[in-house]
Amino acid sequence: MNNVNITIDGLAITARSGMTVLQAALANGLYIPNLCNHPDLAPAGLCRVCVVKVDNKKIAISCKLPVQDGMAISTEDPEVMQIRKSSVELLVAYHPLTCLTCEKDNDCELQRVAHYVGVTQEGMKRYRRSVRTIPKDTSNPFFDIDHSKCIMCGICIRTCDELQNINAIDYAQRGVSCIVATLGNKPIAQSRCESCGECVVRCPVGALAVKTAQAPMREVSSICTYCGVGCGLFLGVRGDRIVSVRGDRNNPVNKGSLCVKGRFGYDFVNHPDRLKTPWVKKDGKLVEASWDEALDLIADNFSKSKGDGFATLASARMTNEDNYLLQKFTRSVMETNTIDHCARL
Amino acid sequence: MTNSINEIIGAKAILAIGTNTTQAHPIIALQVKKAARNGAKLIVANPKEIDLCRHATLFLQHRPGTDVALLMGMIRVIVDQGLADTTFIKERCDNYDEFVASLSEFDLARVEQITSVPAALIKKAALMYAENSPASILYCMGITQHSHGTDNVFAISNLALVTGNIGKPSTGVNPLRGQNNVQGSCDMGALPNVYPGYQKVDDPKAMEKFETAWQKKLSPVPGLTHTAIFDKIYDGTVRSLYLVGENPVISDANSSHAVAALEKLPFLVVQDIFMTETAQMADVVLPAATFAEKDGTFTNTERRIQRVRQAIAPKGQARPDWQIVCDIAKRMKSQGFDYANPQEIMTEITSVTPSYAGITYDRLEQGGIQWPCPTKDHSGTPILHAAEKGLFATASGRAKLMPLSFRESAELPDDAYPLLLTTDRSLFHYHTGSMTRRVDGLNQLDSEEQLNINPKDAKRLGIADKEMVNISSRRGQVSAKARVSRICPPGIVSMTFHFAESPTNVLTSGALDPVAKIPETKVCAVRVGKQ
Amino acid sequence: MTFTQLQEDARQEWNALRNDNNPQIMIGTATCGRSAGAMAVVKAFEQELEQKGITAHITEVGCIGPCYAEPLVNIAKPGKPTISYRNVTPSMVTEITDAYLVGEDPLAHYTLGTFGDGKIEGVSRVLDTPSFKPQERRVFRNCGVIDPTNINHYIANQGYEGLNKALTMTQEEVVDIMKRSGLRGRGGGGFPAGRKWEAGLKAKGTPKYVVCNADEGDPGAFMDRAVIEGDPHSVIEGMIIAGYTIGSQTGYIYVRAEYPLAIKRLEMAIAQAHEKGLLGKNILGTDFCFDINIFPGAGAFVCGESTALTLSIEGKRGMPRVAPRPRTTEIGLYDKPTLLNNVKTFASAPMIIVKGAEWFASVGTEKSTGTAIFALTGKVNNCGLIEVPMGITLRQIIYDIGGGVSDGGEFKAVQTGGPSGGCLPESLLDTPIDYDSLDEAGSIMGSGGMVVLDEKTCMVDVARYFLDFTEIESCGQCVPCRLGTKQLLEILKDICKGRGKEGDHELLYELSHSVHGGSVCGLGQTAANPVLTTLRYFKSEYDAHIYDKCCPAKVCKSLISYVILEDKCKGCTLCAKSCPVNAISGEKKQVHVIDQSLCVQCGVCMEKCPNKFSAVDCVSPRVKTEVS
Repeated sequence: MNNVNITIDGLAITARSGMTVLQAALANGLYIPNLCNHPDLAPAGLCRVCVVKVDNKKIAISCKLPVQDGMAISTEDPEVMQIRKSSVELLVAYHPLTCLTCEKDNDCELQRVAHYVGVTQEGMKRYRRSVRTIPKDTSNPFFDIDHSKCIMCGICIRTCDELQNINAIDYAQRGVSCIVATLGNKPIAQSRCESCGECVVRCPVGALAVKTAQAPMREVSSICTYCGVGCGLFLGVRGDRIVSVRGDRNNPVNKGSLCVKGRFGYDFVNHPDRLKTPWVKKDGKLVEASWDEALDLIADNFSKSKGDGFATLASARMTNEDNYLLQKFTRSVMETNTIDHCARL
Repeated sequence: MTNSINEIIGAKAILAIGTNTTQAHPIIALQVKKAARNGAKLIVANPKEIDLCRHATLFLQHRPGTDVALLMGMIRVIVDQGLADTTFIKERCDNYDEFVASLSEFDLARVEQITSVPAALIKKAALMYAENSPASILYCMGITQHSHGTDNVFAISNLALVTGNIGKPSTGVNPLRGQNNVQGSCDMGALPNVYPGYQKVDDPKAMEKFETAWQKKLSPVPGLTHTAIFDKIYDGTVRSLYLVGENPVISDANSSHAVAALEKLPFLVVQDIFMTETAQMADVVLPAATFAEKDGTFTNTERRIQRVRQAIAPKGQARPDWQIVCDIAKRMKSQGFDYANPQEIMTEITSVTPSYAGITYDRLEQGGIQWPCPTKDHSGTPILHAAEKGLFATASGRAKLMPLSFRESAELPDDAYPLLLTTDRSLFHYHTGSMTRRVDGLNQLDSEEQLNINPKDAKRLGIADKEMVNISSRRGQVSAKARVSRICPPGIVSMTFHFAESPTNVLTSGALDPVAKIPETKVCAVRVGKQ
Repeated sequence: MTFTQLQEDARQEWNALRNDNNPQIMIGTATCGRSAGAMAVVKAFEQELEQKGITAHITEVGCIGPCYAEPLVNIAKPGKPTISYRNVTPSMVTEITDAYLVGEDPLAHYTLGTFGDGKIEGVSRVLDTPSFKPQERRVFRNCGVIDPTNINHYIANQGYEGLNKALTMTQEEVVDIMKRSGLRGRGGGGFPAGRKWEAGLKAKGTPKYVVCNADEGDPGAFMDRAVIEGDPHSVIEGMIIAGYTIGSQTGYIYVRAEYPLAIKRLEMAIAQAHEKGLLGKNILGTDFCFDINIFPGAGAFVCGESTALTLSIEGKRGMPRVAPRPRTTEIGLYDKPTLLNNVKTFASAPMIIVKGAEWFASVGTEKSTGTAIFALTGKVNNCGLIEVPMGITLRQIIYDIGGGVSDGGEFKAVQTGGPSGGCLPESLLDTPIDYDSLDEAGSIMGSGGMVVLDEKTCMVDVARYFLDFTEIESCGQCVPCRLGTKQLLEILKDICKGRGKEGDHELLYELSHSVHGGSVCGLGQTAANPVLTTLRYFKSEYDAHIYDKCCPAKVCKSLISYVILEDKCKGCTLCAKSCPVNAISGEKKQVHVIDQSLCVQCGVCMEKCPNKFSAVDCVSPRVKTEVS
């Protein structure tokens, strides 16, 4: 693909043809404020915050504007600044200012943009403020929908459509009453939603938020334990608990996507029912035992059933290393090839 | 999978047969749906009107267990219309004439009669698959869990071979494997007839190799398969069973048989993360670590070996499985089980497993590698059978087209058990539910077993939506809530097997595929009645 | 059947009616006539004729425009000009029948005037009146003249001649004549129709579609309805010609579901055109095939925007596509090349083909040729639909055609272009009507609404009124339109309520410019026009509201007080008796007093106070209530 040269506020940059001005700017480390843009999705051009001036003449939105050789882009033209400032101030005027208790605090695109365009307390005093009073939709067990924080960027809708092809949500109603809604505006749990959480991940504000979100202390790269697809993920850890799961965008298998089980189905690790000690049957009842006691019992019994008297059922849940050792044990110690697993189920 | 997940998007035609992809493999389904959105022809063949049908160009709703007829019917259309890839067949396949002769049985009129899919639709699907290249086939348990599952798989590979859809990008025969490491378990030789890397136990050269590696005499006799193990427990031959991370009380077809066997077993060791239904029957239960508590590797359905990393310490006194095995071996005074960590085990694996020979933990830090990876500088194999000649796992190195004939499933509905039960999976649960049933949110989203039943059948039986019903087969009875919907056609009902409260596999048939020994959980005859 | 044969048959039927020895009674029964009671008049005439044994033809026709005169009844007697009776009620029918159908008394005081050749004593010729003289009836040529349910009437009046001629021309020739005519899109945008047709012809991809925008959503605009109800075939013929020109086989008419009669007329017309071989397969024996579907819109204003409209036909949510985007002529309905024009644009096409581009451009201005149709309403004597040559001034329309401000009021402003238009003051009354001049003045041609406002109108309140509409009708997808119109409305409401504050003026101005410059579609981009023009031309009214808490027009209830003038009140008690909140006290024959703390500014006291006293006055700012 050909390269084209454009300038942004006088700075010459090179972009691949086919890119939008916003993509070109971001790729060159230049920030143009934006809200409804997401790299995974087709540009929508709805927030009007990424507005720029082209060749000192035309106002355009940079997220939908293809680069052309010789294009001169201005992001600090007075008209540009006015339009984007109004858009951001309007969003703030209708947004709850409860940042400290918001789960997206410090990770909020609206905060970032408001800061960049210079929204001030003084400036906001001119506006008539109001905040939506639609009750939160808490019907989904994993995430909540808070319409009062929604900025209608449509990223959730486009994620559900373009990436997931599920189409559980769309715009409903008109004007300021316009909301993101399920068919018939029913609670999300009664919709076609598959709870994959891809929209939650992409929501630029706190409108879609994981219910029990806890920021992890550290993250560990690993692989999902459910199906055979083998999605890459990051396990978020706090103390001795898994508190979050995040898709690994660099993993070629899932490129960051996860399903409901992979993203939200990790609580079994922390479950109180987990086996924490060996158990041994005594007088027909299982009782807790020490490792030594259990291993002695096993070694004693296994030693007596080598060969045809022994069988191993391995597990497709275990690692390669676990399986290898188990078959090595069966074949070399227990002297039989009778090892199978649940591949057939 | 012969090909890779990220190639699906590039296919011009996709045949998804016997896979409820959006429920069982949601991330692969994303690729399928995206391909369809971009204009690929998506043919869904399934007895049930699954969610994927919304995205399909064509939907073939065939009767369960008639896949061979459907696929061979399609192949016959392709051959008759002169759409077979004769160059590919000539260069890379054997047995074509014999194979073509076997197609005579599958004229479309008969195929329509067997499958209940209109002949015109079968023809349309055949042309769609053959004329849009590259074409990829995805399949899952709907193909394998039959008493003729091996034939089903042969039929699929025949279709791909006849059209030359193998060994090229975005083509292939692509089984979507169920468990996270079912591919790896097979690769590692957790099978009765092969050592790691599918080296046969009855091949003296292979045996010698492992005897040298392990410094032990080994048995040249292949072991027992899963179902045979339970038979041998039942007859008293097998006296000790070491069962790791499995829950046959719930997952086995005709599970009452498994329970009866376990009750007779003198010594059962269960190693798991929860006190499962099966663990409760054990003599010794060992606490294992979860995937988050250990290091190692998983191999996914596209043969990609990826690193699993320890995030937290094992709960309580739980230990990683490899360590437990070493502990038992050492307690039995065996040599060769001194490993400091899984990395050392992998070093041993690669020394005896040619397809894994190029794998190291260091290399895996840069991302997963798809086997075969024979050397340290080999970048892995995204597409199998890609070479111009040879490289099929046959003596000639050429693919063998398999002549097939149609066989009915072992147990079909009759007057006593008039409905056909097929099993399925839910998006929100995994296998026997030992993990997902312990995640509150998933339990909330899908809290109980449902029997999918067509409104016609429900009406005839006087069953209302959400009514509790009894489902019985020749082997047992369970109860579940009826879900009256058109997902199943009349005469067919479906259930998952995630819920211990409604153990569906009490009902299923123990009939086995003669080659793969897979039980026929996709077809059995049942009766549904009010409680 | 050849077209000549069709035409001959049609003319025969038409002439037979015309030359009949019996009188013709033509009653305007379009929606406007019906709402004024035309159907009752039809019934009354039928009964009257039957009772008296009079033979006469009653024909239901479309609207000729003058709403103030509805129901209109035209009576043509052989050899005489047609007399137009205005504001006919069923009770007048006997009198008219006896006087003019039986007798020869034209009842001059009931008439609007005469049409056609000849003169009737005491009755003026309609087209000579100041109200009609400046008008040029081209799109409305058949409205009120022919029976819209009879295709032969249309064919007899040069109907389908344009199609017949176009089919002998090449597609490029049709484009050329359309381009030379200078016709600009009559939906309000004013894009040159010929260029659009050319783009439609050149667009690659099949199938192509022709879409007629009949989603007339502006409050107070009903010209498209009048054309469809009065002359549906003109629209259909225009669409068929367009289909031939760009190579399309399928047309859609997106018409408001609130127009049931228009839909009925279209259905009937489409069926008749099919019957005559003018629609469907092999039109007029050629290879050209074309069919038209009617799609009733669900009532969203924004669906009048072309890209929202095509999405709506596809069954999707009607939201304008975001620019930069391909033109609808390239990617439109079902992502295929689509030619989308307004009702009046299509209705203009057949006569351009028949009479030529030069004929069309013979009226109007250089850059805006032809005629414009307006719905003239508000404080004007003659309200209704008017068709005038482009370039006529606002003053001519309001004072000549409209007959000046009604009720002896004083002109304050004229609002053009519907809710997205602007308010122009007295000083701009000599602005010529064309796309560019109106744009320059801060308003738009729009779909052709024209509301005359007098001195009793508060301009802040007018801006509030229109913003109320656009705020609700915004589709909600883009920030400036969704929230900008909302914020503008909130500020305007506050100003009207006396809660305006320092800085509001500037914020209104800032936001208006951002909404204009930042919105996705035309609806948003023009939504602030009412604010911008009133700020530009009537700033002092805003200042009075904000700083003096005074509404000069005495409209904003929060800023006015009603007071009883001590020197004029005679204590008749009428006001006190009618006050709904008992805010007025006073003994009989004593001066009454309004308790301002109770008063709700309903104005009933002022209405009830006898004219001879005129003792109630309305003042702004409010009188200060004494704190006791």
